[in-house]
Amino acid sequence: MAQDPKAQAPKTQNKPRKEMPSTPLLDQLEDGPWPSFVTGLKRLATSEDKPYADMMKSLLGQLEHSYQTRTGYWKGGTVGVFGYGAGVIPRFSEVADKYPESKEFHTLRIQPPAGMHYRTETLRKLCDVWEEHGSGLIAFHGQSGDIMFQGTSTEQVQPAFDAFNEMGFDLGGAGAGIRTSMSCVGSARCEQSCYDEQRALRTIINGTLDDMHRPSLPYKFKFKFSGCANDCVNAIHRSDMAIIGTWRDDIKIDQEGIKAYLAQHGRQWMIDQVVTLCPTNAVSLKDDDTLTVDNHSCVRCMHCINVLTKALSPGDERGASILVGGKRTLKIGDLMGIMVVPFMRLESDEDFAALLDLATRMVDFFAENALDHERIGEMIERIGLVNFLEGLGLEIDPNMIAHPRTNSYVRTDGWEAEAEKWTQRKGPQAAE
Amino acid sequence: MSQPRQPIESGVPDPFPEMHPVMVKNYGQWAWHDRPRPGVLRHVAKSGDTIHTVKAGTQRQMDVYTVRTLCDIADTYADGHVRFTARSNIEFMVADPAKVDPLIGALAEAGFPVGGTGNSVSMISHTQGWLHCDIPGTDASGVVKALMDELHQEFLHERMPNKVKITTSCCQINCGGQGDIAINVQHTKPPRINHELVSNMCERPAVVARCPVAAIRPALVNGKPTLEVDEKKCVCCGACYPPCPPMQINDPVHTKLAIWVGGKHSSTRSRPMFHKLVAAGLPNNPPRWPEAAEVVKTILYAYQADARPWERMGEWVERIGWPRFFEKTGLPFTKYHIDTWRGARASLNTSAQVRF
Repeated sequence: MAQDPKAQAPKTQNKPRKEMPSTPLLDQLEDGPWPSFVTGLKRLATSEDKPYADMMKSLLGQLEHSYQTRTGYWKGGTVGVFGYGAGVIPRFSEVADKYPESKEFHTLRIQPPAGMHYRTETLRKLCDVWEEHGSGLIAFHGQSGDIMFQGTSTEQVQPAFDAFNEMGFDLGGAGAGIRTSMSCVGSARCEQSCYDEQRALRTIINGTLDDMHRPSLPYKFKFKFSGCANDCVNAIHRSDMAIIGTWRDDIKIDQEGIKAYLAQHGRQWMIDQVVTLCPTNAVSLKDDDTLTVDNHSCVRCMHCINVLTKALSPGDERGASILVGGKRTLKIGDLMGIMVVPFMRLESDEDFAALLDLATRMVDFFAENALDHERIGEMIERIGLVNFLEGLGLEIDPNMIAHPRTNSYVRTDGWEAEAEKWTQRKGPQAAE
Repeated sequence: MSQPRQPIESGVPDPFPEMHPVMVKNYGQWAWHDRPRPGVLRHVAKSGDTIHTVKAGTQRQMDVYTVRTLCDIADTYADGHVRFTARSNIEFMVADPAKVDPLIGALAEAGFPVGGTGNSVSMISHTQGWLHCDIPGTDASGVVKALMDELHQEFLHERMPNKVKITTSCCQINCGGQGDIAINVQHTKPPRINHELVSNMCERPAVVARCPVAAIRPALVNGKPTLEVDEKKCVCCGACYPPCPPMQINDPVHTKLAIWVGGKHSSTRSRPMFHKLVAAGLPNNPPRWPEAAEVVKTILYAYQADARPWERMGEWVERIGWPRFFEKTGLPFTKYHIDTWRGARASLNTSAQVRF
């Protein structure tokens, strides 16, 4: 894909053409089999008939300077669009004297359609807008889940947004607010999907847009949506509230399908790759070549379903688990999400309304109780899970813990009342 | 001056007008899938409809010409619809199985590798780096390009024990996230403070509060209010740098790369795991970061040689144990591998079980 940028650059009419910067280090990233972003940057820089050519020459110069000096040269600032308080990532160059045409190189975060589906017609229109108002450089997608339209001047931010907005796209999140979300492909193409991820995503995000566009929370708040425990969008660690699909009834087994796998791969394969890898020893291969699952021991981990895609599938009573508080290191160390709702159905309009209600109450509780720059996981660590659950009116459940407490430093003089609550809730089942 | 345009707060766009019609028709009604070859998925719906997906790698930071090339391919060979994965791979969906091979041919012709499915090394998830971030210790696109060149064959083929997710991050905030292998910036010296600028640019109490080890305190230098760092306490994490740019943490020499292994988000088989530090002190060496690439490949191929089918990196290490991991990779085990942060006790061996 490498090409000599000078060879294909058309001649311009009036203004003197800015020269391509010398980029000996970046040039080395044009070699090799993987698609090269440097080749792409050069294509933009040599598009002499486009408004962004000089900006991209300048950008290449600054990036090469970073490679030479092993230092970054962007600083933030305040740039936005009318009516919104977030969604534009301002970048001003600290070396604008050397690379003046890219002195402003802001990014617009634009929310993709849920599930990141596109008609080519849509992509082409997005490209056209960004050729007119920006650098021609686009990331599909950033770690935030946004389409990142990277590189435009302060002046062009508003017209670029207006054009995207007229197409039906909206700005994403940034700063201390609700952030752009992501879902797996889910129901659109995957038989393992346990709920309608795209609907859940749009229900929550479009129901909390005010806190995205006008951020005033203690810190960022992310939702992510995975259709099963494979968690293809990394919700459990990378979101404040993870909605992860699961099912409550029995796993579905097609015994004819099992026999087909056995005929193809043999019993040893089935034992080594399925039975012994079940984390709770819930799977058993019988002498008559049927496979059984102890559904009370099964933790819905998806392993056996992943291996035996043509014979096993999630049950029919599908829904989601909610986990809260995943995040990376700063400030108290890495946190995984904590199970706070083991199962909620997600089928009817009422179910989705209940999901939005929970999400809204979660954000409100966070807004009222978190300290400045504290994520919800850190807040739970500080106030304790029980206080958090009581604040949200969520009932405790043994699925929320790995094991009960191991130290005795706790005051238990409310024991009988608490035990009575459990009996009241679980009465009919406890008697079974 | 004209009236400013009010935004239309439309939020997340409806995906259905964008989605391939076979996916719209069979939404939530899929029966099973398999992988006819690396880079290709076949999904079959309860209705009997079939859709093939061809997955290809991209450079993520794409120029409009690249996007249009991908659109041309989709229009000619793939029904005019695409989608992107969380790791910036592009997926082409076709209803007609006869279109699969020509599509793969067109992608290969245009320089887009087809793969990244199943037990392969998928696209490395990356961040912004020197190209666009305001606090980066290194580049991201370049690190990923250099590594994917090295690991290209592992993207094309499914010959790892299980999927391998690699991530990069240009600072210790770790936007790249958890990975089977993570290549992350690790600073090794405290911030260098420009005392002239602190009082004007930084909200000092917020910066003091940001430090995870309470190493920052207010100070006066040359009569100006500023901040100082207790360098004996400082863990060189760089958390003070974003809210206070005059506390420069990045350094051309002392900003290093560290390699972490065993991160896992899925709850499949084992519980989700955080990645663990295995190597540090690697030079931040553009444009191809050969020292980091060498360590990544050493770890990857040790895993490939020794792990059992379906074992993710972290599960493999849990089975063979850390002594064997360091033996098999030849990486040195140092005092820095022993955790000192809160909760560190949980990472120590509190049993009589020993491996030799």
